Amino acid sequence: MAQRLPGVDVLLVGFGWTGAIMAQELTAAGHDVLAIERGSWRETSTDFAPSFIQDELRYRYHGHLFEQTAQETLTFRNTPDQTALPMRRLGSFLPGTGVGGSILHWNGQAFRFLPYDFEIRRQTAARYGEAMIPPDMTLQDWGVTYDELEPHYTRWEELCGISGQTGNLKGQKQAGGNPFEGPRSKPYPTPPMKQTYGPMLFGEAAASLKLHPFPCPSGNMSQAYTNPLGVSMAPCTYCGFCEKFGCGNYSKASAQTTILPVLMQRKNFTLRTECEVTRINLDGSGAHATGVTYVDAHGNEFEQPAELVIVCAYILHNVHLLMASGIGTRYDPATGQGTLGKNYCYQLTPSVDVFFDDKLLNPFVGAGALGMIVDDWNGDNFDHAGLGFIHGGYIGGYMTTGRPIETELLPEGTPKWGAKWKQAFVKNYLTSMSLSLMGSVMPNKANYLDLDPTYRDVYGRPLMRMTYDFKQNELKLQDFAMGKMVDIANAMKPREIKKSPRGPHYDIAPYQSTHNTGGAIMGVNRRESVVNRYLQHWDVPNLFVVGASAFPHNSGYNPTGTVSALALWAATAIRDQYLKHPGPLVQS
Amino acid sequence: MRQRALLTLAASGALIGAGMLVFGPLAHGQIGDFSRQERGRELVAAGDCVACHTAPDGQPFAGNRPIGTPFGTIYSANITPDAETGIGAWNEEQFYRAMHEGVASDGRRLYPAFPYPWFTKATRGDVDDIRAYLRTLEPVRSAQRPNEFTWPLNHRIAMAGWNRLFFTPGEFKPDKNQSADWNRGAYLVEGLGHCGACHTPKDVFGADKTSQRYQGSEIQNWFAPNLTGDKRTGLGTWSDQDIVAFLKAGHNNRTTAYGPMAEVVKDSTSKMSDADLKAIAIYLKSLPAAPAEEPSAAQGTAMSAGKSIYGDQCSACHQLGGDGVKNMFPSLKGSAAVQSRQPLSVVRLILNGGHPASGPAIPNALSMPSFGWKLSDDQVAAVATYIRNAWGNQAEPVSAGDVKALRDSVQAVNSAY
Repeated sequence: MAQRLPGVDVLLVGFGWTGAIMAQELTAAGHDVLAIERGSWRETSTDFAPSFIQDELRYRYHGHLFEQTAQETLTFRNTPDQTALPMRRLGSFLPGTGVGGSILHWNGQAFRFLPYDFEIRRQTAARYGEAMIPPDMTLQDWGVTYDELEPHYTRWEELCGISGQTGNLKGQKQAGGNPFEGPRSKPYPTPPMKQTYGPMLFGEAAASLKLHPFPCPSGNMSQAYTNPLGVSMAPCTYCGFCEKFGCGNYSKASAQTTILPVLMQRKNFTLRTECEVTRINLDGSGAHATGVTYVDAHGNEFEQPAELVIVCAYILHNVHLLMASGIGTRYDPATGQGTLGKNYCYQLTPSVDVFFDDKLLNPFVGAGALGMIVDDWNGDNFDHAGLGFIHGGYIGGYMTTGRPIETELLPEGTPKWGAKWKQAFVKNYLTSMSLSLMGSVMPNKANYLDLDPTYRDVYGRPLMRMTYDFKQNELKLQDFAMGKMVDIANAMKPREIKKSPRGPHYDIAPYQSTHNTGGAIMGVNRRESVVNRYLQHWDVPNLFVVGASAFPHNSGYNPTGTVSALALWAATAIRDQYLKHPGPLVQS
Repeated sequence: MRQRALLTLAASGALIGAGMLVFGPLAHGQIGDFSRQERGRELVAAGDCVACHTAPDGQPFAGNRPIGTPFGTIYSANITPDAETGIGAWNEEQFYRAMHEGVASDGRRLYPAFPYPWFTKATRGDVDDIRAYLRTLEPVRSAQRPNEFTWPLNHRIAMAGWNRLFFTPGEFKPDKNQSADWNRGAYLVEGLGHCGACHTPKDVFGADKTSQRYQGSEIQNWFAPNLTGDKRTGLGTWSDQDIVAFLKAGHNNRTTAYGPMAEVVKDSTSKMSDADLKAIAIYLKSLPAAPAEEPSAAQGTAMSAGKSIYGDQCSACHQLGGDGVKNMFPSLKGSAAVQSRQPLSVVRLILNGGHPASGPAIPNALSMPSFGWKLSDDQVAAVATYIRNAWGNQAEPVSAGDVKALRDSVQAVNSAY
């Protein structure tokens, strides 16, 4: 029997990045907030100190900061006619656990989505006709526009000190930036990072092909920065231990480096760690959340009443928690009915490796967001007529890391082990780099999340089941983009190149990106979406679901910027509208 | 470095048992006393009373913080207005006598770890205001633990002799030739602030070496830096504003408060008015430099080994040129603390790391990580020698033996609690 605790005003499920944003916005406005986090407390000086953080085995391969599958996992299949099996070791994506969540171990690639993304269905149909959208592509607009999100993107960039080169300031194109980006109200808070030789070669090659290279906007600091909360960040040292690691130098934007020092001093904020929420509780009407049930580290169960519940976990857990709580109607691919679990998307990341004889690229000097980008084939920045796919992705020439175990770029035909492997490794380590596509993924009626009929988690709840495969849109985009990447690679004049496409079927074993999206999507009506434009649940107005779970499709960019802007947008609506007049913010 | 400047008889076990048999009126302050209580609150902050009179995880001002001294461990007194276990039964006269003469309400002599040799400088009005504030606190029932002192110091009568030799009661006398700010600063530094308790070296009796006032001293395995005008090891190159910022936030563009000073900033100086901090700065800046010492040159091998270790382990934060990052990572280049006469603090920070003060002004708690687990005594000695002598710095080299002694000593203290 769960012990019933005294009620709270605002309860956050999960205390990663969106939880930190919500807590900061709402406590600053004077509201009492309780956050419940399944993992442990973490801070820079004790958990990621530079005296030990650069430990590839501990963090990358033993997954020290990641979700442990003994605690929670999912089952997977490519298509609905297969039987899903549980993931006993995560691979393709690595959700975080613990305070700070997944942003703790991001690379820092800090993009905004294009204005096109938020009105993708309307704009695609307007430019190419409805027939451009295949019947199995469950494409829809987001219910929010770029212009509405723009101030929140700006606030996010200021919170995190994002380093970058502005490309479009209030409609005026700026030299050296991304000419395709949506208009910004302000320039980036800090200048772009200093590029090393590899990205410079990429940029020169792209320019020679009349493309528009620009430096990747970066959550790794190009210089010391103090954010509007008064929290300071230090210049990046280009150590190359970003993705899959916490930053020991206070140089990478995260909850720990931007918000927590201020938030944790507030008397109206309470954090309960090592407590996992297992269920959101509803009253008899089914239209009002009464709070949550959670289990602490000793296995004791508690009922925590709350006036307002905001779900801020990783996207897979947001969706799973709604399903496990029986909130909303689960999506059925056979009928197209239901919304919960619909439009699960991912990211398409083929690459082309380039090998030089005469150029030392020194990959050990790196940073998660150190690279040059071209956006010429992203979104609707180019004419798709006759191509057979919509959207696209950016192509990047990054030097994110030269970490010795993980960095293994070897030419075609190299043996997998032995003396020849060693020779090839030594020969190519300093003289190779990789170009990659951050490819968009369009929603498809056969890609979705639901509950597994067989396997259960440690709390007895059915595991989340993922059904996902690359579809025609992705495969045609990949063919197109591979050609463009090969053109740029050849323009870099290497000794040789190696193409590494994905697919044709999605493989969940090798790491690709922790860019899962969808499943509890936002939209303009309750028939097509789980939450409204403010991320408020259509059926339960005192429940908000924040994170990339709200994305109706995934764009050709890393999602963190848009996750953050949406969280700030939702926090603003909760603070300025919902808490003043609780109830549905959009009438359906 | 092993030559220990003996501590002041740290911390007052002193108010023990005071007033046990006297039952006074209820403790809470009277309506209408607000301005006195508010002045008292500021003075209590200036005196940093809460630091010594609060046990780890204990109620503020309820005492029983264990304080290690070379003469044994003593426990601080409960100064909440609880009639039986605190000072609720003390009258104004008794309270003033404790502050002014180091004598408790029942006539027992207090140990000078309770800094009455400094507090004696406080005016009667200020002491009364302090009492007025303390009486507004919630009374906490918490009996003081007995001190663990060695003979003969377990006999309080010993303090009578000590007082005769080393203690002159008397309120602060302003110097008419100095500005009002200077006099205010002197009053705070010499009186309630009791800065000299840590920053002035002590003789074998635990009394100030008056010829070396504020020239820096070892305390609890830290080195409280030189506060005189010395350009290399003191405040000679600091501006008034540097001092104010440091006392206000625990950080400035040069350095960070660590160890016991981080607590002082958190509990005391961060709560003082800008005007008082400025006065302190003006007074400290007037302290003459100690005669220059010429350190012996660091040896080449230690310097080259230290430089390599510094590049690998330290430069990510403190930067290759030792400049640090403003408001984040202290500059080591030109740092008085780094070049101080004894390298205790430098070595201790390398071995154990340290937690700086944090607060609204600079919210990041930018702790220094520990390197004691990964660097040997030789390596710590080399890198400490390097930072004390690189970039124009100049200070005595550090030996592996120095490092080992401190490592053992700090471990012994840590394991005692």
